[in-house]
Amino acid sequence: MSRLVPTPSTGVIPERDLGKTPVLEVVRLGIDFGGLTAVDDFTITVGPTEICGLIGPNGAGKTTVFNLLTNVYQPTRGTILLNGVPTQGKSVHEVNKMGIARTFQNVRLFKEMSVEDNVLIGLHNSMNYNIFESFCKMPRYIREEKRSHEKAMELLSIFNMEHLAEDRAGSLPYGVQRRLEILRALATDPSIILLDEPAAGMNPNETEALMQNIQKIRDTFRIAVMLIEHDMNLVMGICEGIAVLNYGRIIAKGTPDEIKSNPQVIEAYLGNRRNEGA
Amino acid sequence: MKKKFNLPVRQLATVGAFALFLLLGNFLMAKKIIGLYYTKVLMVAAINMILAVSLNIATGFLGQLPLGSAGFMAVGAYTSAIIMRKVTFVSPALAFPVCIIIGGLAAALCGFIIGLPALRLKGDYIAIITLGFAEIIRIVILNIDSALGITLTYGASNLKNIPKTTTFTNAFIWVFIVCYLVSALMKSRHGRAILSIRDNEIAAESCGINLTYYKTMAFIVYAFFTGIGGALYAGYLGILNPSGFSFAKSIDILVMVVLGGMGSMTGSVISAAVLTIVPEILHAFSDYRMIVYSLLLIVVMIFRPAGLMGNKEFSMDMLTGLFKKKAKGERSKK
Ligand SMILES: Nc1ncnc2c1ncn2[C@@H]1O[C@H](COP(=O)(O)OP(=O)(O)O)[C@@H](O)[C@H]1O
Ligand SMILES: [Mg+2]
Repeated sequence: MSRLVPTPSTGVIPERDLGKTPVLEVVRLGIDFGGLTAVDDFTITVGPTEICGLIGPNGAGKTTVFNLLTNVYQPTRGTILLNGVPTQGKSVHEVNKMGIARTFQNVRLFKEMSVEDNVLIGLHNSMNYNIFESFCKMPRYIREEKRSHEKAMELLSIFNMEHLAEDRAGSLPYGVQRRLEILRALATDPSIILLDEPAAGMNPNETEALMQNIQKIRDTFRIAVMLIEHDMNLVMGICEGIAVLNYGRIIAKGTPDEIKSNPQVIEAYLGNRRNEGA
Repeated sequence: MKKKFNLPVRQLATVGAFALFLLLGNFLMAKKIIGLYYTKVLMVAAINMILAVSLNIATGFLGQLPLGSAGFMAVGAYTSAIIMRKVTFVSPALAFPVCIIIGGLAAALCGFIIGLPALRLKGDYIAIITLGFAEIIRIVILNIDSALGITLTYGASNLKNIPKTTTFTNAFIWVFIVCYLVSALMKSRHGRAILSIRDNEIAAESCGINLTYYKTMAFIVYAFFTGIGGALYAGYLGILNPSGFSFAKSIDILVMVVLGGMGSMTGSVISAAVLTIVPEILHAFSDYRMIVYSLLLIVVMIFRPAGLMGNKEFSMDMLTGLFKKKAKGERSKK
């Protein structure tokens, strides 16, 4: 596990990423829904190969942060720099092309389409042929489709899912659907991938495998990963930097060890647990 | 991706089967086994196939619900018919394909103009906007001559003397062209993008799919092919009246798509054929015709709520697959 060092901005990133442009620099981000402030004063810096975690009790605003980062919601305050470029005013699909991909808390696959087609949608923007070339089955159409098919199979092989390529995505078990969603996001060639509770509904063995795979993905694709997760073994096991959100605000930031011993974090979690018990 | 037959073989087989169908049809007509009346029924069936296949792009593949097919049809029909009447320096048979395409383009332009603003919005605005559009088109065709003091559409007093250039052969050639183009589209990245929007808009957008672009593209393709169907309709009737492009016409086509199975092109083709030909055969029942027709629809919807074909396509692989399944079943029985 690497040490955290300061960047020119206020954030911290892993030491090995020092000198490189942070993939994500978020400054004082906030959003109000009517009178409710769902997220406020959210500031974070993510290094280009960092795995970072976003934790906090239910309703803390974690998913809302993901929706802000992907421009699903327009922020009320604050700025987002993606690879040094502001994303303000961009639409959701443009932000994806700029390098951010995500999964959803309640899996959103293209259920009626095949597993391979789901990945091919991720590869859509990397394919280069126009509609007339597909009408006439021009060489470029055939070449690009072949290349994308191979690329899709290569991606599926990360989770050993090649044999499922022709299955209907909606017919897969829940855990497999979650993995497919990660592959589809990876297919868009992002520089950072946002995972919303990737281990939800997985058993300890599957979670263990997922942890290794997230690290493998980071190492092979050299991308950053930001994940929301309730499974503390996973978060403490693979995240280098962690931010804790409570009532829409960051109450603590730091390495897993710092977070574990932070009294405010313990209070937020224990307080929360006490409420749930009542 | 793995198909039992490779691409050129499949294409040759399809073209061959289609040529055989045309030959057989022409032979039966020449021998008067298929009379003039049923030749006309088959031509209407072909036109309905085009209309249903194109509506299926917007409903089955894109997941929108346009209720204005009659409007795009009218634009295609009148545009093509008006030009056909004016063009006298080449033979009508030569001018017809060009006029059909111009009719389609005119409908596509209308599709772009009303589709772009409606599809930018989140939500189902397309139904009401296309409904309004079709009515406006009908009223405009009805009144434009008297309002502007010109003779273009002849309003309620019929646009007559349109060269009757639609034939069994050219109608089915257009069916073939439209079906080929639609299936090629759906096997491309553009077609996949359209399907992904139907399945999950939010996810599609997060994967970098430009929603407005692909929704508008699908909608324009729908309008274009519907306009082509309209142009063929004009060449079939030889006489046009705006009352032929009412809301009921749009609903007829929608029923074909729903019955065939939303999202199945071959389903649309089969159901367009069935729903055109069966009522004609039922003419014998005259008074009970519409009741039998409605009952037929209800029965199909009860036993196959997703339509005849669901969202599957009919193909050679399916046939061989069925055959294998049967063989397997028989083997396991032994
Ligand atoms: N579109 C929205 N409109 C109004 N309130 C919202 C909206 N999205 C999220 N919220 C509110 O923001 C808060 C944080 O929700 P969320 O980000 O889903 O929490 P978490 O993912 O941390 O469990 C909740 O109180 C939720 O009701
Ligand atoms: Mg959440």
